[in-house]
Amino acid sequence: MTDATIALAAPDHRAAFRPATFGDVLRSEWTKLRSVRSTFWALTMTVVLGIGLGVAISAAAAHGYAKSSVSEKLSWDPTGVSQSGMLIAQLAIAVLGVLYISSEYSSGMIRTSLIAVPKRGRVLAAKSLVFAVVTFVVGEVTCFVAFFAGQALISGHAPHAALGDPGVARAVVGGGLYLIVLAVLSVAVGTLLRHPAAAIACMVGVLFVLPGIVQALPDSWRNPVTEFWPTQAGSQLTSVHIAAHSLQPWPGFGVMCLFVAIVYAIAWMLLDRRDA
Amino acid sequence: MIEARGLVKRYGSTMAVNDLSFSIRPGLVTGFLGPNGAGKTTTMRMILGLDAPTQGSVTVGGRSYRDLPAPMREVGALLDAKALQGGRRARDHLLCLAQSNGIPRGRVDEVLRTVGLEDVARRRAKGFSLGMSQRLGIASALLGDPAVLIFDEPVNGLDPDGIHWVRTLMRALAAEGRTVLVSSHLMSEMALTADHLLVIGKGRLIADTSVDEFVRSSSQQSVHVRSPQAAELAARCREAGATVQAGTDPDVIEITGMDSAEVGKLAAAHGTVLFELIPVKASLEEAFMELTRDSVEYQAAGATR
Repeated sequence: MTDATIALAAPDHRAAFRPATFGDVLRSEWTKLRSVRSTFWALTMTVVLGIGLGVAISAAAAHGYAKSSVSEKLSWDPTGVSQSGMLIAQLAIAVLGVLYISSEYSSGMIRTSLIAVPKRGRVLAAKSLVFAVVTFVVGEVTCFVAFFAGQALISGHAPHAALGDPGVARAVVGGGLYLIVLAVLSVAVGTLLRHPAAAIACMVGVLFVLPGIVQALPDSWRNPVTEFWPTQAGSQLTSVHIAAHSLQPWPGFGVMCLFVAIVYAIAWMLLDRRDA
Repeated sequence: MIEARGLVKRYGSTMAVNDLSFSIRPGLVTGFLGPNGAGKTTTMRMILGLDAPTQGSVTVGGRSYRDLPAPMREVGALLDAKALQGGRRARDHLLCLAQSNGIPRGRVDEVLRTVGLEDVARRRAKGFSLGMSQRLGIASALLGDPAVLIFDEPVNGLDPDGIHWVRTLMRALAAEGRTVLVSSHLMSEMALTADHLLVIGKGRLIADTSVDEFVRSSSQQSVHVRSPQAAELAARCREAGATVQAGTDPDVIEITGMDSAEVGKLAAAHGTVLFELIPVKASLEEAFMELTRDSVEYQAAGATR
């Protein structure tokens, strides 16, 4: 390597190049997502937790059904029981979404990325879209497998659900739709906060801590918060049995979408304006 | 062609870059020189659209960087060799960058060969030495076969072989008619690589000159003389308007303000015996330090030369 072996074309060989497109950025972001190990592990965790916990909880709930009270029997939601693994599995999606962009900040890769694509909105849009599609595919597979496995375990011990029952197909498909919106939220939060630890903590707060704290509040405070808290409202899309003080499935999902759209808009604006 | 007009970058009360105007021409290696903290990296970040200037503007090929339709095809940049995700294989790192600008896949293997990393293309970048990372960074800059290249301290962490390779590469890129901007805080490195120099200190432009001109104008020349009649010669030189410094050895004097021929003639005219008559050129490093002495951001106490 003492003498430079420069395999470069002379500048006039630079054939008339075409402008970079959004499709180019999508391909680039897909390569980024599939070429790090954390993607594989987080998606595996989503599938394993979603199906594994769903199956375990279904089996336990089915065996407990006979001994449960009348009111518990009235609110028995076999679809929701089979999907309950998703409550935890969603955290893997949230963490991966946050890391997808914030690890670019912590490593410095973001500078390389933004030099390559200085139209920064494209980077955020491409990341969100690629991650939303991947999440949707993985999420739907997980939800459907958890549903069928869960119902198989429930049947014989308790009333079970079928896809043709009212609201059931919507709730199972809704599991994947909910994850799409959560995926976009986590990419936006990662963009806003830039530090992986801070952004992950924020997502844990949104998903688990705040809804938990609210349970300690008096009813007059608790009910509206539970009703409108974005992730709680959005998850209504995945339930067949609508509890008191919660929105209907689609309006609830709409509240979550609106909230995520606002966070996304702020993230987009800051990404565009801040020095990288 | 890179053109800056009245470029200013202020961080709070700190002026990182203060009213910088320059144009960097194709076909030359332009060395961007300044002590640490002089504003070199900030200026490069503004050229590349990472930082927005507080005032002024900078364009590449007549357009602001953010408006370039396929930036990597026009500008190749290496700011920080470690600005990549270590968990990604070298080849995938280059592939995602190539794809973002619609650069064909085959080009990735080409640049890997150019920088000599084809054997480690499938290794994850976190295991790379700084030198290998620099090569990977240079590879990413070359991906789009761009007409403008910007390198921030590209020889950092390279072994002598690597330094020689980078130097040869820069020269070859410029010889092909490309615009090459290379920053460094080492004058000696720039003297070997650059044709033209932009010297900045504390965010201000100190010199915009060819390397030859810089050497000629700023290197102080002096004449070293050893003579048994040194005191006598010193007095005559002072009369002639020169500055004379006496050393610890009474027979040795250093004369500035006259060249060796003039000193020799003066000595001959008075029959002064000379044992040594040596023209002394200040090194480039000294010339650079002389020039930037007032604009060094962090100075060790007592190290004021």
